[in-house]
Amino acid sequence: MSLSVAFRQDFSELTLDIGFEVPTAGTTVLFGRSGCGKTTTLKAVAGLLRPAGCRIEIDGTVLADTASGLFVPPEQRRIGIVFQDSRLFPHMTAEANLRYGLRRAPTGTIRFEDVVDLLGLSGLLARRPHTLSGGERQRVAIGRALLSQPRLLAMDEPLSNLDAERKAEVLPYLASLRNTLDLPILYVTHSLDEVFRLADTLVLIDAGHVVEAGPFSALLARADLPIAQHDDAAAVLLARVVRHDPARQLTTLEAGGCELLVPLQDAPPGTRVRARIPAREVILAAEAPHGISLHNILQGTVHGVVENPVRHAALVEVSLGDQGLLARITPDAVARLSLAPGRPVLALIKSMAIEVLPG
Amino acid sequence: MAARAVGFGLPVALLAAWVLARGRFPGHFLVNALAHLPMVLPPVVTGWLLLLLFGVRGPVGAWLAATFGIRLVFTTAGASLACAVMVFPLMLRAIRQSLEAIDPRLEQAASSLGAGALDRFFSITLPLAAPGLLVGAITGFVASLGEFGAVITFAASIPGQTQTLPLAIYAAMQVPGGEAVAARLSLISIVLALVGLLASEWVGRRLRARVGL
Repeated sequence: MSLSVAFRQDFSELTLDIGFEVPTAGTTVLFGRSGCGKTTTLKAVAGLLRPAGCRIEIDGTVLADTASGLFVPPEQRRIGIVFQDSRLFPHMTAEANLRYGLRRAPTGTIRFEDVVDLLGLSGLLARRPHTLSGGERQRVAIGRALLSQPRLLAMDEPLSNLDAERKAEVLPYLASLRNTLDLPILYVTHSLDEVFRLADTLVLIDAGHVVEAGPFSALLARADLPIAQHDDAAAVLLARVVRHDPARQLTTLEAGGCELLVPLQDAPPGTRVRARIPAREVILAAEAPHGISLHNILQGTVHGVVENPVRHAALVEVSLGDQGLLARITPDAVARLSLAPGRPVLALIKSMAIEVLPG
Repeated sequence: MAARAVGFGLPVALLAAWVLARGRFPGHFLVNALAHLPMVLPPVVTGWLLLLLFGVRGPVGAWLAATFGIRLVFTTAGASLACAVMVFPLMLRAIRQSLEAIDPRLEQAASSLGAGALDRFFSITLPLAAPGLLVGAITGFVASLGEFGAVITFAASIPGQTQTLPLAIYAAMQVPGGEAVAARLSLISIVLALVGLLASEWVGRRLRARVGL
């Protein structure tokens, strides 16, 4: 089951030539700078845009194919869209907005009551859009798209118009959506934080082209991709909770054969989590230090080194079992430790530097 | 008569407004100019053109008479037609303004929720354009009551049939001692115009407040 997208579209300042194929299951995040073509890609998939040449196929159903002249109009694609600006219908109550797509959809598995529960909408149903806050509007918009029983939920930077507080209000709902519903999601964003929390598959877009597409944690651990040059670049290890030690206020996680100690968590053992490890917080060492506050000393192998002469920094990719880490260190440190591909190295990570996110 | 003018004129004005607000086609400006013609032409000229077209020997009039046995000239229906044509630009402008104020991206959202073109028009576009539609209908109705030139040219001034208020006022002023009647009718005319303007303003504001504008 996969989503395959290929299209070309000329704009005055940019030519888009997008092509990728990703598994439909889970959340696929299209990531890139503003104006790189992510939103246009989402529109092409949803049918709101008809590119000069395109082929869009989802789980074996062709939605558009210029070669054979096929173009399924948006109202028949069953792709729910959550827009940046929510676009609720101003002349309807929140409930009428929610039911708009439901009434027009074939009978499906997503029920009105469940969506109201999931998104915390019960107090908003009788209100009109202009009386709702930005975060509330966006939650109603998500519910409205879900209830149209889509085969794919497309979200176009749904958090970018919200301030930090509202973002924090909506983000947990998005994360729970990912975990409760077995619904493929296509998510456009330029925020790394949303990638860390929501992505299963990552499609990196730059200046109208797909740089790379693949499993998100593998892509985040690569030093050679533009995403690694961000200040907040980080690797995300797929981990699970092993045990808690309340006396020491520590929780042990297991990720790809390595154990990680983090501040005490309240998720039960066995829970899947994501451990976000920022590249700038990782120290590399040739031998283990002693008498140090540090908990996590992981045995790894250098996989690659990419220097950034502009920033006077080097990114070192370290393999840990089947997963990987990024360490941003100085070129001088790379020389002193003679770090080169294949060389064994210790990665030192403070427990407090690891952010544990829902899996 | 005025109600009939609005009843028949409004749907046509809505269609024209939609075409002009959304359509991008060659000759756009020509259609626009034609639709606004009755507003700038002397009303007598409009009435005369109607006579040419809908007169008993006019191309449309002859066909109507032959097929349906309908005669428009010098009848109440004819007066309605003359009014409808005269107030058409007024209604068109009000509707077009409210259509252009609708964010077309709302219709995109509706299409992603499974609504086809006709469905979108009736569930999104029309309700959102309702303020303009109502304002157009009210001003159209009031303006119809005040039609003079086109009606007298096309439908004459037959008391109780094709006589509009200003026609009655004019007729009263031609009769010696008719000033009192003219004054009374003028007063009615002023009140109607004021009520119409206020009503359209009020309705427009109420409807816009409902959608938070």
